[in-house]
Amino acid sequence: MKFAVLVFPGINRERDMARALRLVSGREPAMIWHAETALPVGTDLVVIPGGFSYGDYLRCGAIAARAPIMDAVRAFAAKGGLVLAICNGFQIACEAGLLPGVLMRNAQLRFICRDVYLRVERSDTPFTRGYNAGQVIRVPVAHGEGNYIADGATIARLEGEGRVVFRYASPDGIVDPNWNHNGAMNAIAGIINARGNVLGMMPHPENHVEAAMGCTDGRGLFAGLVDHFKLAA
Amino acid sequence: MAGTSPAVSDEIGAAADYIMTVISNESAITPELIAQHGLKPDEYERLVKLIGREPSFTELGIFSAMWNEHCSYKSSKIHLRGLPTKAPWVIQGPGENAGVIDIGDGLAVVFKMESHNHPSYIEPYQGAATGVGGILRDVFTMGARPIACLNALSFGDPSHPKTRHLVAGVVAGIGGYGNSFGVPTVGGEVRFHRRYDGNCLVNAMAVGIAETDKIFYSAASGVGMPIVYLGSKTGRDGIHGATMASAEFAADAEEKRPTVQVGDPFSEKLLLEACLEIMDKGCVIAIQDMGAAGLTCSAVEMGAKGDLGVALELDSVPCRETGMSAYEMMLSESQERMLMVLKPEKEKEAEAIFRKWGLDFAVVGKTTPTKRFVVSHGGTVMADLPIKELGDEAPLYERAFGAGAKLPAIDARAVKPPMGIAAALETLLGSPDLCSRRWVWEQYDHVILGNTVQRPGGDAAVVRIKEGPKALALTADVSPRYCEADPFEGGKQAVAEAWRNLTAVGARPLALTDNLNFGNPERPEIMGQFVGCVRGIAEACRALDFPVVSGNVSLYNETNGRAILPTPTIGGVGLLGDFTKSMTLAFKAEGEAILLIGETRGWLGQSLYLREICGREEGAPPPVDLAAERRHGDFVRGLVADGLVTAVHDVSDGGVLVAIAEMAMASRIGAVLEAPHEVLAETTAHGFWFGEDQARYVATVKDAGAVVQRARSAGVPVRQIGTTGGRVLALPEERPLRVVDLVHRHETWLPNYMAASPA
Repeated sequence: MKFAVLVFPGINRERDMARALRLVSGREPAMIWHAETALPVGTDLVVIPGGFSYGDYLRCGAIAARAPIMDAVRAFAAKGGLVLAICNGFQIACEAGLLPGVLMRNAQLRFICRDVYLRVERSDTPFTRGYNAGQVIRVPVAHGEGNYIADGATIARLEGEGRVVFRYASPDGIVDPNWNHNGAMNAIAGIINARGNVLGMMPHPENHVEAAMGCTDGRGLFAGLVDHFKLAA
Repeated sequence: MAGTSPAVSDEIGAAADYIMTVISNESAITPELIAQHGLKPDEYERLVKLIGREPSFTELGIFSAMWNEHCSYKSSKIHLRGLPTKAPWVIQGPGENAGVIDIGDGLAVVFKMESHNHPSYIEPYQGAATGVGGILRDVFTMGARPIACLNALSFGDPSHPKTRHLVAGVVAGIGGYGNSFGVPTVGGEVRFHRRYDGNCLVNAMAVGIAETDKIFYSAASGVGMPIVYLGSKTGRDGIHGATMASAEFAADAEEKRPTVQVGDPFSEKLLLEACLEIMDKGCVIAIQDMGAAGLTCSAVEMGAKGDLGVALELDSVPCRETGMSAYEMMLSESQERMLMVLKPEKEKEAEAIFRKWGLDFAVVGKTTPTKRFVVSHGGTVMADLPIKELGDEAPLYERAFGAGAKLPAIDARAVKPPMGIAAALETLLGSPDLCSRRWVWEQYDHVILGNTVQRPGGDAAVVRIKEGPKALALTADVSPRYCEADPFEGGKQAVAEAWRNLTAVGARPLALTDNLNFGNPERPEIMGQFVGCVRGIAEACRALDFPVVSGNVSLYNETNGRAILPTPTIGGVGLLGDFTKSMTLAFKAEGEAILLIGETRGWLGQSLYLREICGREEGAPPPVDLAAERRHGDFVRGLVADGLVTAVHDVSDGGVLVAIAEMAMASRIGAVLEAPHEVLAETTAHGFWFGEDQARYVATVKDAGAVVQRARSAGVPVRQIGTTGGRVLALPEERPLRVVDLVHRHETWLPNYMAASPA
């Protein structure tokens, strides 16, 4: 199991991600600087972590999506390599063409940091095999631009192909505007690409992996990935 | 010397006996110009006497920057000397970029609080954002990685037309900077009062962790060492910011907008990583961030502290725009910049690291043996001043101060309650000063870095240190209405409350940073508030072994002659040996005894009950018995450590019933409550439930007998005043209050207020 965590200038949750990967898998991830042009040989999982790459001064993720390392990431994904893109990473993945759609400003036009509830829509992906379909997990969000939007055809396709993996919901798993803090279409919190090897999501499962910190609901994502790689090995 | 190559700073530096007449002057020095620089006529005379001639325009600017109140502490310094600053665990007290304390395991906590009041009033988003940026730089300048931020905000009356705009801008600015930089904002306080109508207060605190043997200071050492400029480019923003912050506002405050800097958290994040990297590689001799008064203040401090001269060559300074004058470069407060003295043999390595992070790196001068501050630009010497005197010989004022009249204590029996206890509690929980601050702290990323054990909303935030088990407890607190009514007791109370907040989560309070916000010190009554508060703070610090290790003074917080409430914010830091044992305020289970620890006399003077329910801001504030404070706090900390309590909350604004309601709301568990008869014999029900007597805590316990026994032998008054359970708060002869309804009241005032359109 070899993990590579990308580091762009302005990314700031790379340490949180590295710790989560280490705690769950026992392996230390490689931290990959944006100016690199290749991923370490044998990389199994690329993580694009959260933060404010390039200050988000242009469209969120737009500059990072054009960084030298991203060509290698696109090639990696094209060969079926797993890519986990969280928060700013999700925005970067959309800008890089790895995922459809765009993350707009939160409906209330304010940054929001709070625990939200996600309904896990599928458990048959490498990213969600640690959960049951329909399970509700509590994880924090921390973003100003997490409002997922795509054109009607794209949304229809995502829904039709079952590519919405996480949805904002009530603690009982009911999708309800009151529990959709950023106004995302169809309460979309996370999606996968058509091939099923790239996951983008706004919430931060990496911040809920330790019981001592109050909640371990995010652990399932990493534990599921570890199982996936163990089975593949 | 004029006309020689600009790069030859050797010669400039060596010219200790430099001839003054060649100093270039761009502008005639007139009385008007002197006044515009915030220098009083007698201060100007002092300047002329000091340097033996008329200053050049650039020199006038430099003096203005060094001698303003913000940088020189000229009105406050004499009194600040009375603050206790030492303890065995203090590594660095006031005088550096931030204070440093030892927490064992080779680790130190580096922290400080600083105000950005004036800029935030003029331009709330950027003013608050750069306040956060500045305090973060103070912390990482010393070699610490920031792990948490807090802030204390004071705004005008909610009905004032500017208040909503200021709240929205300040909160967004704090979040915008801290969230992007990547540090959790974990705590703080927000208040509203009409006395802040023309001057909001934005006090930002940053806390970092460093290794005790890798702490960096600002004193330069060694002659001929390269002085390196790092970070963002210099622009024309923020020129005279510190001078602006050292004057009162008149009606033209808005016109001062160009003096506010613009923040760039992205550059700051890069600067952090680059600085920590070159520190780790051993490149740095001394480092100073460019904050107030920019290049001037940082260069002078590095030289003066190291007993060295500094020669600066401004042609090498990276500038955002062409044609900047020496004057502008010396006074720019462009953000995200650092000045360092590097080891010459490490210069190339340091430069490579900065280039990797895409930051500017330029050698802009060197240290000299002359103790003079020489600035040249375009081959011309623009300033040549004695470096020690620039700082040390700033005017020092022993300003007149008067003590205000002591206000009478208010007997609760003489206060006629306009409504019942239940109705009063509902009103208080939905009032601007006691309602939930969720709308504020949800705009701050408080979970990033993955170490936030206790999030905002408790008595103190708890942040794990590295992988634990140690953790820091952090709080920011003050009760300005107490300080106004009795500066000495109010100063004591601010320290005591911060100490109590840390104690309530089970931490041992270690040290504090103070941010002293007052009006115009040239008025004796304001100076009286300042002196009284500082004396009160000093007394409480001594009694509680809680030294001051850093701080900031912000004076002239007044508009059109009306001052703010005296607001000496205290930022407290405490240590927990094991973060898993930190105590929270939420009720944990039904059927547990609710204990009130500490003496209750029903003190309503200056209470929120008196203000919000009776419409009176009157009376003496609650006296602070520091011996009782310490005894009760040590007792509570012992209970937490020994696992004898299940929840603890300190009693402060709103009194014991508000404290209990907060514990209920945090858990959705109700309680059956009853005031002790022997207390009611001495005071009234509203005095008991809403009085703000000090040195008190509410705790829940499984076994009341054991705790009461232990309290008796410790000489600590403890009474059971209720039992947890059910879904309502039940008081004798009052209608039951459903906890969910209280939550609704508590949570709605601020979002509704902010969503409403301006009046």
